[in-house]
Amino acid sequence: MAASALPKRIIKETQRLIADSPPGISAVPHDDNLRYFDVLISGPEGSPFEGGLFKLELFLPEEYPMSPPKVRFLTKLYHPNIDKLGRICLDILKDKWSPALQIRTVLLSVQALLSAPNPDDPLANDVAAHWKENEQDAMRVSKEWTAKYAK
Amino acid sequence: MASENEIMTDISDDDYSDAFDPDEDMEAEFDDASSISDSGFSPIEPDSHSTGKDPKGKGKAVDSMLTLDNHPGASEKLKEEQKVAVAYVEEMLQLKSEQAAVLLRYFAWKKEKLVETYMDSPESTLAAAGIHENGAQPRLKRVRGFVCEVCYDEMAQETLALSCDHRFCKSCYAQYVTSKVVDEGESRRIQCMGSKCNVIVDEKTVELLVEEEVLERYRSLLNRTYVDDSTSLRWCPAPNCDYALKCHILPRQLDSIIPTVQCSCLHTFCFGCGDADHRPCCCPIVRRWLKKCADDSETSNWISANTKECTKCHSTIEKNGGCNHMTCKSCKWEFCWVCMGPWSEHGTAWYNCSRYEEKGGDAVNQDAQSKSRASLERYLHYYNRFANHEQSIKLEHELATRMEKKMEEMQEHSSLSWIEVQFLAKAVETLTKCRTVLKWTYAMAFYLAKNNHTAIFEDNQADLEQAVEGLSELLEKPLDEEKIAELRQQTTDKTVYVSKRCQILLDDTLRGYEEDRWHWAEAIKM
Repeated sequence: MAASALPKRIIKETQRLIADSPPGISAVPHDDNLRYFDVLISGPEGSPFEGGLFKLELFLPEEYPMSPPKVRFLTKLYHPNIDKLGRICLDILKDKWSPALQIRTVLLSVQALLSAPNPDDPLANDVAAHWKENEQDAMRVSKEWTAKYAK
Repeated sequence: MASENEIMTDISDDDYSDAFDPDEDMEAEFDDASSISDSGFSPIEPDSHSTGKDPKGKGKAVDSMLTLDNHPGASEKLKEEQKVAVAYVEEMLQLKSEQAAVLLRYFAWKKEKLVETYMDSPESTLAAAGIHENGAQPRLKRVRGFVCEVCYDEMAQETLALSCDHRFCKSCYAQYVTSKVVDEGESRRIQCMGSKCNVIVDEKTVELLVEEEVLERYRSLLNRTYVDDSTSLRWCPAPNCDYALKCHILPRQLDSIIPTVQCSCLHTFCFGCGDADHRPCCCPIVRRWLKKCADDSETSNWISANTKECTKCHSTIEKNGGCNHMTCKSCKWEFCWVCMGPWSEHGTAWYNCSRYEEKGGDAVNQDAQSKSRASLERYLHYYNRFANHEQSIKLEHELATRMEKKMEEMQEHSSLSWIEVQFLAKAVETLTKCRTVLKWTYAMAFYLAKNNHTAIFEDNQADLEQAVEGLSELLEKPLDEEKIAELRQQTTDKTVYVSKRCQILLDDTLRGYEEDRWHWAEAIKM
C-alpha cells in the first residue's frame, strides 16, 4: 500500500513507536505494507515468561482506529488467555476497544497480560484449568516453554 | 388495582372488544365475515370465559396495539409514551431531559426503580448510567492548537467533547458514531470515544454529528430499544410486521396464564414466549415438551421399535438376524428373545419358544424393563398424536388452496353466490385452529398427573378429536354438484360444532389453570 494512502494517525503512531518505543517492546512496520507490524515483546520480569522474547504480528485494518488492530502471537507460549494459534483474549481488542487507544497501549496491555494471566476468562481451557488447579505446576510448564520456544 | 383499571379501559377502547363477550352467539359470530373472532376463538384471551367479569380482575392480559415505522400515527404513540416518562423523571429528579432519557434507557424504562436508586445515591447512579452531573450539553467548538488523539490532524476544525471533557475532532466523532449505528446497530449504548470512559453520547449530540440518513436510523434503533427493553411490550413475530403489542404480564404468572394476543396483522401468538398460539398449554409446559421432543423422539422411536433390553444388565439390544437364543454382549447372559426368560429353562425346545408366562425369567428385572418401555411408549403415544396433528396442519395449508379452487368451481356450476361459498373457507380455517389446539392438548396431557380432572380433560380432548376428524373427512370428499346444498348444510353445522367443542375445551382448561386444578406429573417451573 502506498504511504500516501496511509492516514496521518498511523504515520504519527509509527514514528512515535520507532523514536520512543516502550520498554521491552518493539514494533516495526513492513516496507511493503505499512499497516502490518512485526512485534517483539520481552517477557516481563517476575513472570514465568521472563527471559523470553516473543514474536507477534499486528495488523491495522482499513477501519482502524474505529476498529481495533488485529494482534496474534507467533511464538508458542503456555498461557490461559492465549490459544494454540496465538490468538489473544483481551477485552480492549474486542468490545472494550476505543478509537483513543493506540498500538502502543495495546502492546502494553498484551505485555501486562503476560504478567497477570486471568484463568477465569480463559481462551485455552485446558491451560486455564491447569492454572486454577495447580498454579505452581502450570508456571513451571510456562517457564519450560519459554526456554524452549522463546529464546 | 390502578393498573388493572387501566387495562380494562384498554379493553373497551379496543376495536376487538366484541370478541371478548363470552355470551355472544356463536352462530351469529360465524356468519359475520368481518369478525376476528370466528369459530369461537377470542383472539385475546388469557382466560376468556371470565374476561371482563372476573371480580379479581386476575390475568387481564390485553393488547392495546402499538405500531412503529410504517404507521406514523401509532409510532407517535410509542414516542409519546417515552416523552411522558422522560418528562416525569425530568421533573421528579430535576434533571435535564437528555439526562433523564439516558437514565431511563439505562434502567430499561423502569421509572420506579430508577427514582428509588437515584434517591439512594444520585452520584453513583448517574456515573453508572454514563452521565456527568454538571456537564454542559456538548457543543461543537474550535480550539486553537488542538490535536485530535484519534486522527492526529492539526487542522483547525470543529471539535466535540462530552461532559467528561474527552475532546476529539468532529469528523472522527461523526465517523465513530456512524460506524456504531450503521455497522453495529447500536443506539443507546454509544459511549465516549475515550478509552474506559462510559459517558453516553445522547440524542442531541448525535444530531450534531451525523448525516440525516444515519440520524434516522439511529432514531429508529433508539425507538426499538424502548420496545426491546420493556417487559410489557413485544414485537409481533410475524414476518414483515412492524407492530408492537402491549400486555401486562409477569413471567411468574406464565404457569397459570396463557397471554394469547392477536396483532393487527392478524397473527395470533403467545405474549409470554413469542411462539405461535399454543393454548391450552402454558409456556413452561410448551418449553419442556419441545425440548423433550428435540432430545428424544427420533432416537426413542427407533429404539422402541427395534430393540429390547437385556433382562440382566439392561443393555439395549438389537436383534438383526439369527435365532432366538441370545447372548448379551456385555454381561454374557443367555436368554430367549421371544419370552425374554433364561435360555437354560428352555430345555429341548430349541429355537422355537412356546412357553407362556410360566414362573421364570427375572420378575423384578422384567418389571423395571417394562416400566422403562412403558414410559417410552407413553411418551411416544402423545408425541405421535402431537406430530400427527402438526403434519395435518401442514397438509391443510394445501387443502386451503384446493378449497379456493373448489369455491370458484362452485360459483361457476351452481347458483351459489360468493358469500354463500365462504362456508368452505371458514371450515378450513376452523379446522386449522382447532387442530392447533388439539395438538397442544397432547403435550399438556403428557405432563398431567392421573386424576379425575385429567380424565375430564381427556374426554374433552377425545370429543374434539372426533369432531375435528369428522370435519376433516367432510372437506376431503369430492364435490358432488347435485348435493352442494346438502354439503353446505353439513359443513356449516360441523364447523359450528367443532368450534363449540374447541371453545368448551379451552374454557375448561383455562378455568382449570385459574382454579389451580391441574396437577403435573413433574414439577413445572417457569
